[in-house]
Amino acid sequence: MENSKVKVVLGVIGADCHAVGNKILNYALSAAGFEVINLGVLVPQEEFVNAAIETDAKAILVASLYGHGEIDCRGLKDRCREAGLGDILLYVGGNLVVGKTDFTEVHNKFIEMGYDRVYEPGILPDQVVIDLKNDLGM
Amino acid sequence: MKNILLIDFGSTYTKITAVDIEKEIVLGTARGITTVETDIMEGLNQALGELFSKTGKLEFIKVLGCSSAAGGLKMVAVGLVPELTAEAAKRAALGAGAKIMGVYGNELNEYEIKEIADLNPEIILLAGGTDGGNKEVILHNARMLTNLGKDIPVIVAGNKSVAPQVVRILSESMTEVVHTENVMPKLNELNIEPARETIRGVFLRRIVEAKGLNRANQFVDRMVMPTPAAVLKAAELLGKGTQYESGLGDLMVIDIGGATTDVYSIAKGDPTKNNVALRGLPEPFAKRTVEGDLGMRYSATALVRAASVKRIADYAGVSEDDVAAYVKKVEENIEYLPQNDVERKVEISMGRVCTCLAVERHVGQLETVFTLAGSAYVQKGKDLSEVQTVVGTGGVIVHHEQPNEILKGATYSESTPTMLKPGCPKFLIDEDYIMASMGLLGEEYPDIAVRMMKKYIVRR
Repeated sequence: MENSKVKVVLGVIGADCHAVGNKILNYALSAAGFEVINLGVLVPQEEFVNAAIETDAKAILVASLYGHGEIDCRGLKDRCREAGLGDILLYVGGNLVVGKTDFTEVHNKFIEMGYDRVYEPGILPDQVVIDLKNDLGM
Repeated sequence: MKNILLIDFGSTYTKITAVDIEKEIVLGTARGITTVETDIMEGLNQALGELFSKTGKLEFIKVLGCSSAAGGLKMVAVGLVPELTAEAAKRAALGAGAKIMGVYGNELNEYEIKEIADLNPEIILLAGGTDGGNKEVILHNARMLTNLGKDIPVIVAGNKSVAPQVVRILSESMTEVVHTENVMPKLNELNIEPARETIRGVFLRRIVEAKGLNRANQFVDRMVMPTPAAVLKAAELLGKGTQYESGLGDLMVIDIGGATTDVYSIAKGDPTKNNVALRGLPEPFAKRTVEGDLGMRYSATALVRAASVKRIADYAGVSEDDVAAYVKKVEENIEYLPQNDVERKVEISMGRVCTCLAVERHVGQLETVFTLAGSAYVQKGKDLSEVQTVVGTGGVIVHHEQPNEILKGATYSESTPTMLKPGCPKFLIDEDYIMASMGLLGEEYPDIAVRMMKKYIVRR
C-alpha cells in the first residue's frame, strides 16, 4: 500500500537551482521503496520542515551544489527541533563549499551543524539508500 | 413560455432576475430590502412587485435561490502547518463561498477553543496531515473541539488514516459531523473540490434553516448555494464554457461591494516567463479571495487605512479633506451616492484602489534570486499576466458611468512590477448584474447560462 511506505523529504536548498542530481536521487529513492516528497529546487529551510511535519516523514535529505551550502544549511537542525522534529534524520550532500577544501573538515563542520550524514561529491545514490535503511532500522 | 426566477437573498437587498430560457433573455431585474429577522418573503414580495410593475405579471416554471444573508456563511478553518493544510482548508472554505472568521494551525489550545466559540462559526472545517502523514495533531484538535460547548457542524477533511477516529471523537458532542476527502492528500497537492461540495451540502441542510430562509421554501424550489459560490460558478462557466458552448478563456472577475471586495480568477496561472520556479501551494483553477477591509461603504474607513488618504486623493485629484469628508458621509449613510464632481472623483478613486489592492492580494508574485548561474525567478501564486478578460460586477461598478476607470486598477503597473497582474485585458461589465443568477441557472442549464452571459456581459 502506497501509504505504508516510509516517507522522506528531498530538495535542493536555498538559492540553488541545480535540478539534475535531485531527479536522480528522487528516482533512486523511489525505486528503493521510499515515498519521496520532492520539493525540487530553490527550497527554503522552513519548507523542508513544514513538509516533514505534515507528511510525518522520517528523514530530510538536503542537497546543495553551488558552493553556498554552509550558509543555506546552517540552522536547519534547530528549526527541526523547534518544530518538534528533533529525532528526524538529516542528510546533506553535494558541493557544499567553494573551492578545494579537505572533505574531513567539511564533514565535521556539517556534523556539528546537526546533520547525521554528510556526503561528498561522487557518492552514488545506492550508498544513501543503504545508509537510510540502516539508520531507520529497516 | 419558459420563465425562471433567480433570487439572491443578500444581506441588504434581495435581488431578483427573471429570465426566459427559451428566448435566452433577461425579462427584468428588481430588488427589495432583505428581512431575515421578520419574514424573508417581505423583501422578496417587494422585489416581485417592482419586477411585475415593469414586466407585467409573470409565471415561473422554476425558482432558484442563493444567499449571503445574515453575514453569509461564517466558517473557521483548522489545519496543521499554517502554510499547508491550514491554508488548503481556508481555500476550500473560500471557494465554497464562505466568510472566513479565523484560520488555525498546529495543536489548538484552550484559548483558541474559547476564541472559536466566541466567533460562533456556522461550520468548522477540520483538516491536517497528508494521507499517511501526521495523525496526532488532527486527533488532538478533534478532542479539543469537543470542549467548544457548542453544537457546530464539523467537516472532517484531513489524514484519511485517522478520519474515522476523528469523526467518532467529534460525534460525542456534535450532532453533525461529516467526513470528506483530505484537502491535501499529498504534500503540495490541493484537493479542495470534495470539501467545497460538502460545505455546500451542510450549508443547505442546516444553515438555510437557521437563517429563516426556509420560510421562502414554499416559493423557492431550491436554495442552491451561498452567493459567492454562485458567482464563482458563473465565472467558471463563462471562462471554460461547456461542451456545446465555448467560453471566453482565462478571466478574472472583480466584485466590489459595500463591505468586501471579492476577486475571482479562472486560470491555471502557470509561469508565462522562462526560468521561473514555482513555490508554495498549488493554486485552485477557480480561485476566490475576499478582502474584508476593502469596500465602498461599510468598510470605507478600513479602505482608507489600507490605501492611505493621500493615495485616494492623489488619484482623484482632490484634497485629502475632500476624501475624508466623503468617506464620513458614505459610512453614515450607506445609501449615499456621489452628488457632485468632487464626490464622483473620490468614488471612482476609492473603487480603483479597492480593485488595485484586492487584485494585488489575489495574484502571484515574482521574486528574483541571484545564483552563481545568473538570476532566476521564484513565482508564488498565480501568474495572471496574460489573462485577456476582466469582468466587473457589483453595485459600484455596475451603476457607474466610468467602470473601466475602476477596473484599470486590476492591470499591471510599473510601480509594482513583481505583481503578476493582467497586462492589457479587455474590460467587460456585468451591466444587468446577473452573474450570481447565472451561476444558479448554470446548475441546471449550463449552455444557456454561458450564452446569456456572453450576450449580457459586454464592453461598455
